[in-house]
Amino acid sequence: MVDRLLGRTHADAAPEDANALVWAHVQQARNLKRPHTLELLNAMADEFVELHGDRLFGDDTAIVAGLARIAGRRIVVIGFQKGQDTEENIRRNFGLPHPEGYRKAMRVMDLAERYSMPILTFVDVQGAFPGAAAEERGIAEAIAKSVGLMTRLRTPIVVVITGEGGSGGALGLAVGDVVLALENSIYSVISPEGCATILWRSSDQSQAAAVAMKVTAAEQHELGIVDAVIEEPGEGAHTDPAETARRIKEIVIERLDALGRIPIDDLVESRYKRYRAYGPYTIADRPTAPPERIGIADRLRGLLAARPSMPPFPGSRRADPSSREEV
Amino acid sequence: MPVRLPFRPRRDAYPPDLWTKCPGCAEMLFNKQLDKTLRVCPNCGHHFRIPARTRIAQLVDSGSFVERDANLQPVDSLGFVDLKPYPDRLVAAQLSTGLRDAAIWGLAAMGGRPVSMCVMDFGFIGGSMGAVVGEKVARAGEAALAERIPLIIVSSSGGARMQEGTYALMQLVKTLGVLERVREARVPFISVLTDPTTGGVFASFAVVGDVNIAEPNAIIRFAGDRVSAGTISEELPAGYARSEFWFSHGFVDRIVARAHLRDEINSLLAFLIAPPLNGSGEPMAAPASRSRAFLSALTGARGGETNGESRNGESRNGESRNGETSASRGEAPRG
Repeated sequence: MVDRLLGRTHADAAPEDANALVWAHVQQARNLKRPHTLELLNAMADEFVELHGDRLFGDDTAIVAGLARIAGRRIVVIGFQKGQDTEENIRRNFGLPHPEGYRKAMRVMDLAERYSMPILTFVDVQGAFPGAAAEERGIAEAIAKSVGLMTRLRTPIVVVITGEGGSGGALGLAVGDVVLALENSIYSVISPEGCATILWRSSDQSQAAAVAMKVTAAEQHELGIVDAVIEEPGEGAHTDPAETARRIKEIVIERLDALGRIPIDDLVESRYKRYRAYGPYTIADRPTAPPERIGIADRLRGLLAARPSMPPFPGSRRADPSSREEV
Repeated sequence: MPVRLPFRPRRDAYPPDLWTKCPGCAEMLFNKQLDKTLRVCPNCGHHFRIPARTRIAQLVDSGSFVERDANLQPVDSLGFVDLKPYPDRLVAAQLSTGLRDAAIWGLAAMGGRPVSMCVMDFGFIGGSMGAVVGEKVARAGEAALAERIPLIIVSSSGGARMQEGTYALMQLVKTLGVLERVREARVPFISVLTDPTTGGVFASFAVVGDVNIAEPNAIIRFAGDRVSAGTISEELPAGYARSEFWFSHGFVDRIVARAHLRDEINSLLAFLIAPPLNGSGEPMAAPASRSRAFLSALTGARGGETNGESRNGESRNGESRNGETSASRGEAPRG
């Protein structure tokens, strides 16, 4: 449960150290030698029958799905698959899925529901493929449909984040009753590089972005996004894939058995409520937004902050369209 | 509420907001004229981005919108600081837009029919979805579900709000979870995609409407320019990821110019809300009759229109409404 690399240190460390520590963690999560779905299955499943194709367009190689027998239990397993070398990476599209991957996943999830099998997903993806081929075939729709399906699927779902939990691409397979994460994995709303480019306007600030977004498994556990962190053996999962798989298997089977004892209606309802509750907000005293009369300091601050490129005439009374078109 | 300076400009100062240059055709447009055309360029048809309240005024029956949960206030759950602390960004956005967060939701009437409506405002931190926006979309969906009235969501967003980290990502699940229930309950959901609808908003509620409507030439995409440019080096064709692109790829049902949006939604609602059938075993019968009951209560309150008249009443009402809004909008720059 303890993030040995960070846990006790990075919150109190000097900013540069924190950056370096978190960045080391990000690099660890991205290590191509980490075991991916097939490697983990190879170590933990007695049998695995991979299923292919979305029945609509094709088969995506960056997402694998199929029927597995793990510790004597029938389990549907779906996960992202990066390659461990260049050749396999090319074949796997560098682990960047197209819509077909999510549609295949949905098809197999439907099998799980109909034939009473729980679902185990392995999440390790930088993000969905950002190119035109994925976009025009509806990657957004595929992810949205997959997430929607997982919120109501009438079978237990356990999610294990094993490496990168990258944005919507990861989320498409990461909705579950239990969300576990390997110690050196990360989970974020956007890649640190993307965040830095947009908010810092410079990709040099990726490390700061990673720190600010609290990407590490331990931090996500604190935020309540991840239920439990699985400690990795040795110097990380890549140094001992077999032991990593054993540890994952142990906790997954334990959690799946526990979920299996919950009546399915209660299970689906509590999964729904879990995600319905995410995201803190407060209730302001005044029902309407900012006061009509505000102090001069606030006015100037708001003015400068909101509109750095003020036109030379300070007579503008309207915040809307012309000035906002450039945002 | 726009920022007001504590001193008056000189009387002869040239108001900088009198004219707007159209990004579509570079024409200089007189703002009062632009307001009359619902902020669509009369020359080239460029649809300007509009604030949420303006959008609501353009869509719903005049005066029928009742905002809900206006007091939901975002919090800085991560202690996020980029070039500026997140709370400062929030205050700046609140001052410049007069909103607490990037969405408004409430109950309204369209063509006399009650609807639950949620509208996003791109002016507030790029319309990004954090916990409050997700909550408002979810509550709008839940209200539609509880009252069995249609849900209309107008999207305009850069995606999930990075400053709220994975909580923002979880809003995709939150909103989609509610919408799955809306769908199962056979409550109509019309998604209106406006410029721009990108990232986590496109990949959640915006794309899963029973009917997806887009404004012309709106940017709609999952992966942003900067994401794509950094990762993939491929030439993108002209018109890539615009409304027409999605229309031709089958993800948008209709592309509707702003001037027709209201009528278009009204006629869709007339189809999607099934009329009550007498004992024919039609599954929508029970819910629909309830929704009619709700409708008559509401139209009654609005001035005695009856159910039967509402289809005709709607267009008459619409014209007068348009007149009113243009007039009041025309005054705005003066005030």
